Amino acid sequence: MTDANPAEMPQRSRVDHDAVTPRRGSRRRGRGEELQVPEAEFRSYYGRPIIKAPVWKNPDVPLYLFLGGLAATSSGLGALGGATDRPTLRRTGRLAAAAGAAGGTVFLIHDLHRPARFLHMLRVFKPTSPLSVGTWILSPFATLAAATAASEVTGLFRRAGDASGAVAAVIGPALGTYTAVLFSNTAVPTWHEAHRELPIVFAGSAAAAGGGMGLVGASVRDNVPAARLAVAGAVVELAAGEFMERKLGLLGDVYQKGRAHTLMRASKACLAAGAVGAVLGRRRRWSAALSGLALMAGSALTRFGVFDAGIASANDPAHIVVPQRERIRQRQATTGTEVAPPDRTFA
Amino acid sequence: MTNLFGASGATGKLFDAFSGAATSLSGPLPDPSTDAGWSTEHPKRVGFFTDTSVCIGCKACEVACKEWNLVPDDGTDASDLYRLTGMSYDNTGDLGASTWRHVAFIEDVRPHGSATAAHGGPPSGVPVDAATGFLPTGLPAVTDGAPSSPTLRAPRDAATAPAPGETVDLLALLPDSGAHGQQTPDDERDVRWLMSSDVCKHCTHAGCLDVCPTGALFRTEFGTVVVQDDICNGCGYCVPSCPYGVIDVREDDGGAHKCTLCYDRLGAGMEPACAKACPTNSIQFGDLDELQAAADARLAELHGRGVTEARLYGRDPDDGVGGDGAFFLLLDEPEVYGMPPDPIVTTRDLPEMWRNAALTAVGLGAAVVAAFWGGRK
Ligand code: SF4
Ligand code: SF4
Ligand code: SF4
Repeated sequence: MTDANPAEMPQRSRVDHDAVTPRRGSRRRGRGEELQVPEAEFRSYYGRPIIKAPVWKNPDVPLYLFLGGLAATSSGLGALGGATDRPTLRRTGRLAAAAGAAGGTVFLIHDLHRPARFLHMLRVFKPTSPLSVGTWILSPFATLAAATAASEVTGLFRRAGDASGAVAAVIGPALGTYTAVLFSNTAVPTWHEAHRELPIVFAGSAAAAGGGMGLVGASVRDNVPAARLAVAGAVVELAAGEFMERKLGLLGDVYQKGRAHTLMRASKACLAAGAVGAVLGRRRRWSAALSGLALMAGSALTRFGVFDAGIASANDPAHIVVPQRERIRQRQATTGTEVAPPDRTFA
Repeated sequence: MTNLFGASGATGKLFDAFSGAATSLSGPLPDPSTDAGWSTEHPKRVGFFTDTSVCIGCKACEVACKEWNLVPDDGTDASDLYRLTGMSYDNTGDLGASTWRHVAFIEDVRPHGSATAAHGGPPSGVPVDAATGFLPTGLPAVTDGAPSSPTLRAPRDAATAPAPGETVDLLALLPDSGAHGQQTPDDERDVRWLMSSDVCKHCTHAGCLDVCPTGALFRTEFGTVVVQDDICNGCGYCVPSCPYGVIDVREDDGGAHKCTLCYDRLGAGMEPACAKACPTNSIQFGDLDELQAAADARLAELHGRGVTEARLYGRDPDDGVGGDGAFFLLLDEPEVYGMPPDPIVTTRDLPEMWRNAALTAVGLGAAVVAAFWGGRK
């Protein structure tokens, strides 16, 4: 968390000082280039960040989001694959749901700065804390998915396996979308202001990942639902992601530069290629698998991109000051009151 | 006892989060302790009023806080031998897990005489200080060897005061610094110093507390917000959820830490260490309603003296966090001191977020089912 590169501090303060040392510089790669906002538009304390950037670990948290999304839709494919006599899709879905949930849980615990106290999460249930809600979604899901996978692999207790798989499939979608609330319910401007679009982006990403996994694992005979889900997910993710970036306006600049930009561009390329591949190449085993991999990669890259964008946003004082000043201005315009003393108002 | 761990507060909010009734997630809330599950017998809500117009930047508050609370070295910039930020006399930088009071120091350097014009000009009828070009502030420039207010003292030795009408050049008093290059006394620049001791705001609607999944953060009977270190598992969710950038996770012990408003001292009937140590009474501790009245009076006094840039920050119970338990009198815009100009508790929008996510989850489930439409081909 200590500073690695003081030179990357954004130099946009009204206060005319130059050498500024951010404490969290190590996570701020790719910032500090072109000024997006004209200098006079906002003031700050020596250009330093105003809010604290998440201390969540990278790649733990983006991977947790990806694996959670993968497991969420895989559980559905597994359950319905079983019900509609698609044994390879059932098997793939069930195994991916269990592996995704287990891997996600490992990353979630590893992300804690005191991992031994993971169970403290389960001492309360707090609807105001998306992380608490998410833990209560993940725990039963992971347990049920693991039981289903065990039954699948051993061939024992098939009835019970079907039942637990069905319940996991019902919980699954919540696991795929709650993570959007996890991010949005912070003071990070780029995440918070996207709270309407982010669930849709993440749901699309979950569908692309689960469907992609189905394309990788299921036979050509069984893979139609996986292909449909994956393509629909990719299209939704691409469209909603684009819409989100535009709607964010100034706050969307973090998606236009630095590592978040690279990641999002790569994600879009993978999703588009995978979707086209899934439509054209579903009938051949190797091209279906390749498309599935591309879709999963696209889904994962989106999570990394959104994560990075949030870090960059939190570290940018302009993201706090400019929109909040605008809010004050609008409030004053509607109420006709002067809140700020006149001598310090800036054009 | 459940309320000690925030559990009953959480249950109380269960209904609100799902019904969309946002009364306890945002908006004015006269008694946050009772809202969090304390019986109505609890003590009155306490807080800080930090009047920055009298702060001299001595940092006694930072030191007292560290000593009383045994807060370790903040480890700022290990790459830098002397841990200098290089931006001003503030070498602490910001609040963090091991910095619970932070004295901001702003050195406002402007071309001589332009200080007010550059900022939209003085309001009509307010005399501009002839010596500095700044509007008169709580730290008035010395023009005749004596402070212009009997209660306030100028930030420097009266012996160096210039003759009446002569320009004050505080830059001449500053050491040369690389950032500014060689400085020679001249008439071309004015300097104003702003100092402010920042601290956790103990928000009426505290984002950190709302999002904590373990219940480690809780509302005390005094209306303050405190982390229980033996519960915190270092999930870090509180860190980006504070709209003020206060709380942080300490690297070595992995726990989240911030100002407790000296919870232990309050229990023993003592005032917090920083307020006790502050030599200028810039940090005032007391019952929140009394502090608010004192702050309103102080603001009126300053405005009456022509210090029109004085403003209260965090005083308004109608603001985005329902008002702060620790609020401030500032002499410039909050962002100049590193504080957000219009903070809103993130959980204000949480009911809507849950609704959106639930709807999207239903849509995602439907998409999975629809993918199986039409049976096998
Ligand atoms: S949200 Fe921030 S300022 Fe408010 S009580 Fe929590 S740490 Fe303090
Ligand atoms: S880091 Fe500790 S105090 Fe902060 S939200 Fe997590 S458990 Fe709560
Ligand atoms: S608030 Fe008080 S103790 Fe802290 S720096 Fe200012 S004058 Fe010194």
